Amino acid sequence: MKARITVTLKNGVLDPQGKAIEHALSGLGFDGVGQVRQGKVFDIELAETDKAKAEADLKAMCDKLLANTVIENYAVEIA
Amino acid sequence: MKSAVVLLPGLNRDRDMIAALTKISGQAPATVWQTDTEIPDVDLIAIPGGFSFGDYLRCGAIAARMPVMRAVAEKAAKGVTVIGVCNGFQILVEAGLLPGVLMRNASLKFVCRQVKLEIANANTMFTRRYQPGQIIRSPVAHHDGNYFADAETLARIEGEGQVVFRYADGTNPNGSINDIAGIVNDKGNVLGLMPHPENLIEAAHGGNDGRALFESALGVAA
Repeated sequence: MKARITVTLKNGVLDPQGKAIEHALSGLGFDGVGQVRQGKVFDIELAETDKAKAEADLKAMCDKLLANTVIENYAVEIA
Repeated sequence: MKSAVVLLPGLNRDRDMIAALTKISGQAPATVWQTDTEIPDVDLIAIPGGFSFGDYLRCGAIAARMPVMRAVAEKAAKGVTVIGVCNGFQILVEAGLLPGVLMRNASLKFVCRQVKLEIANANTMFTRRYQPGQIIRSPVAHHDGNYFADAETLARIEGEGQVVFRYADGTNPNGSINDIAGIVNDKGNVLGLMPHPENLIEAAHGGNDGRALFESALGVAA
């Protein structure tokens, strides 16, 4: 089973890297670019075949390591 | 007073910490490796600065999940003094031993310079040899020292006097909220700070402003 986890910054958390990217995009002439927020994507292969069990495991992985829930949200997607 | 220094791959300030603890406590600290599950009977555990595990995922994130950190958490719960400097501070917040998080510097630049720190709370086991409001100097060297906590956590740590060091005189190098440079846990026995007091403990360093922190924590005479 393959899964994709997307980790994004929570609203209201300052994202200086996103800001820098935003400025670089407008510098390249991409007009009309609003706010840019940077995140992370993890593609994970799992031996588990039960979808519900896999989803529970993936959420635990996010809570324990992949995301810092003080500042980050995560979304789990199973292919 | 006996101390121990936690060693992890990628730390680079471990020797500075060992030298400072040896000079100030009069005996060399024990060293514990990342895979150790037991920490010897000591009064103080220090987690030095550096770039553990190459700062992969998030600074301190991988180190915080190593077996030695479970042992540190057990010792901290029993009241043993713990100091985390720079990457050590990042590891302590990732391990959940201190509130908040350390984000990329607002400037996006690595900062390596001297800053001024205000002793925001002189009534802690780490600052009792300083005067309240005293301004000291300290080196900083980091890329991710931008302290952040949600409004509720921030109000709590400010209200409880858990903010111990603040960047002073406009020297905040990283955009930390409320100029926060160092905090303690609610019990007051775990300290994390981004500056490097271990690099300013004797005349050869150009000053000894950081020495009183270790004298306070180790309970040794000045």
